[in-house]
Amino acid sequence: MPISSNAGNSTAICCESLGKRYKISRQARYQTLRDTLSEAVTAPFRKLSRGPARDAEQNHLWALRNLSFEVKHGEILGIIGRNGSGKSTLLKLLARITRATEGRVEVYGRVGTLLEVGAGFHPELSGRENIFLYGAILGMKRREIARKFDEIVEFAECGRMLDTAIKHYSSGMYMRLAFAVAAHLETEILLVDEVLAVGDAAFQKKCLGKIGEAAHAGRTVLFVSHNMLAVESLCTRAICLHEGAAVLEGSPGFVTGTYMKEWLPKYSETLYEDIRTAPGNEQIRLRRVQVRPQDGASGGQITVSTPIAVDLEYWKMDADARLDLAVQVQNEHGIVVLTTGKLGAQAAPAGLLRGTFYVPADLLNNGTYQLHGFVFMNGGTIATTWDDMATFEVLDTANESRGTYLDEWPGVVRPNLKWKTELIEPLPEKWNTR
Amino acid sequence: MKTPSTSEIEQVSMRRQIKTTYVAVHDADGSWRWRFRALWLHRELLYFLALRDIKVRYKQTVLGAVWVVLQPAAIALTLTLFLGRLVQVPSAGMPYLVFAYSGMVVWLLFANSLTESSNSLTANDRLIGKVYFPRLVIPISVVLAALPDFAINACVLGLMLAYYHLVPAWTLLLAPLLVVLELMAALGTGLWLTALNVKYRDVRYTVNFLVQFWFFATPIAYPVSVVPQRWQAWYGLNPMVGVVEGFRWSLTGEGPIPARLLAISAGMATVLLLSGLAYFSHTEDTFADFI
Repeated sequence: MPISSNAGNSTAICCESLGKRYKISRQARYQTLRDTLSEAVTAPFRKLSRGPARDAEQNHLWALRNLSFEVKHGEILGIIGRNGSGKSTLLKLLARITRATEGRVEVYGRVGTLLEVGAGFHPELSGRENIFLYGAILGMKRREIARKFDEIVEFAECGRMLDTAIKHYSSGMYMRLAFAVAAHLETEILLVDEVLAVGDAAFQKKCLGKIGEAAHAGRTVLFVSHNMLAVESLCTRAICLHEGAAVLEGSPGFVTGTYMKEWLPKYSETLYEDIRTAPGNEQIRLRRVQVRPQDGASGGQITVSTPIAVDLEYWKMDADARLDLAVQVQNEHGIVVLTTGKLGAQAAPAGLLRGTFYVPADLLNNGTYQLHGFVFMNGGTIATTWDDMATFEVLDTANESRGTYLDEWPGVVRPNLKWKTELIEPLPEKWNTR
Repeated sequence: MKTPSTSEIEQVSMRRQIKTTYVAVHDADGSWRWRFRALWLHRELLYFLALRDIKVRYKQTVLGAVWVVLQPAAIALTLTLFLGRLVQVPSAGMPYLVFAYSGMVVWLLFANSLTESSNSLTANDRLIGKVYFPRLVIPISVVLAALPDFAINACVLGLMLAYYHLVPAWTLLLAPLLVVLELMAALGTGLWLTALNVKYRDVRYTVNFLVQFWFFATPIAYPVSVVPQRWQAWYGLNPMVGVVEGFRWSLTGEGPIPARLLAISAGMATVLLLSGLAYFSHTEDTFADFI
């Protein structure tokens, strides 16, 4: 629909040198009155001894600093960046959940926030009661909710459970209901944070579709996500935050591409420089672990279609010891995806050795992986273990098996299996409806 | 004549919508007029949150409303036995049970709304961290949610009056004003405590202590007349003194209206409410950072 082009002339959101400073409390999360009182008593003396400026700087953290940008009505702005880069803080400032320390925010239009799906649900209340409660919390009018009630229930697929307390719901159903309510919020501006990280693949697709719908209806959406594919396909523009400032801005393809190439850590490397403190025992000590794309020199990202090489460098101190290495690859759900190694009590000279194993492309699914090392002695007994030697990230990428499907690809592994489609027999004439 | 296409119609209505719902510039507009407007816009949320608290309170309790009645009745009976019968405390011309029970009914509304509103922000921490709405909605909804219990107990008081063949005077029609005064005092104190509680979790522990202390400083088990005349003005600084005394007066309609006590209490309740609102509004923008 061409509404976006029409509405695209006016400013929806305008931020000028926005900054948010948080105070870092030293031990406890909450201040107690006693702390404040004792601080008040000792503060003048500390000022005398240490000087106030240093003290003030040390206890503060700028979650956002000097951020300026503008969003026009009808734009879908993707916001990416690592954890702690200030994405969520930015949405909280725009949503008025908290106040900026410096700078200025202007928002033109009603704002709907979807920072956490289901914040405000009460477990003791029924699905029906929660729809109205959550709707009201998100800023909907009672009549508006009543009008969309059937639509919400249908979207959430929870019709039978409507009068059951939601504490009896499965987590999937709970999330579906929460998103269903939120998805029917009709505000000019929608702030969305990572809600797609919940629910099964089919429901994620539905959620993405709903956000896309909002975009087509000419609404302004700010979309924080780690899902580069979703950002690329949904957004009209993207910014990348790093340590509270916008480091990239432009077309979604450019921003996500540059971010993956330049702002994510290239590959994971762990180095133990001091042989005396490195993990291991008197026979063997770890020196370096590196996970890299197999065509190492290119220094690119590891994606699901990158062949990976893992180098293990270690000091072998005992020339006579017969040691074998094995490595377990564990995914973020704690599942051991595979174990690799060559056991057989192999002989090797003493010195700095390097063992390398290769993981072919199209084997690991996207996600975060941990490597755990095991050293076997004399072909059977475990001599020492190297827990969590290295962590690395396998990124998702568009490839031929995906087509235009952009959501999560479920599975522990993601091999690119061969598919063949063939015609067994043509459709009989009598069933041909065309 | 060319008829406008659907998309053109939608464009027009969209533009109009953007214009009419232009809420605009939300930095640092902390004026009271704006705050009350925001509160008014969220009146339905106020209703749903109060409804939630009421529903949840009665869900999964076997006896439900019986608990509401039991608490003031048990305390009033105990007071009647020990103070009324044994110590022979005067009761301003009423049967002591009616005297104590009427005090308890009014007191519990205050005590419950004060306790609940003091904990209200921390009890709704997830909401505050994730959704925006005027934070005032939370403590106000909690105070409103205390009203049904009060209504139930007021009905029991009515039954008790009938049992004693007492007919309330026309002055009872003024009682709702006293309830308003009481809620002002409870909300004002609750706003202070709940805003402080976000930052200093010690406050939670002081609330129970405060309520107990306040109970003894309020003429529930004893009449105001036992307090020496020269202390009465100071005594009236506790807004609940005027409320409880005024409520009993409105029941019987005997004697002159306790005007001086009521005036002091009303003044104090206003001070509490306004200062509570001011402190709450001063800190509400940073609740999400501390909660």
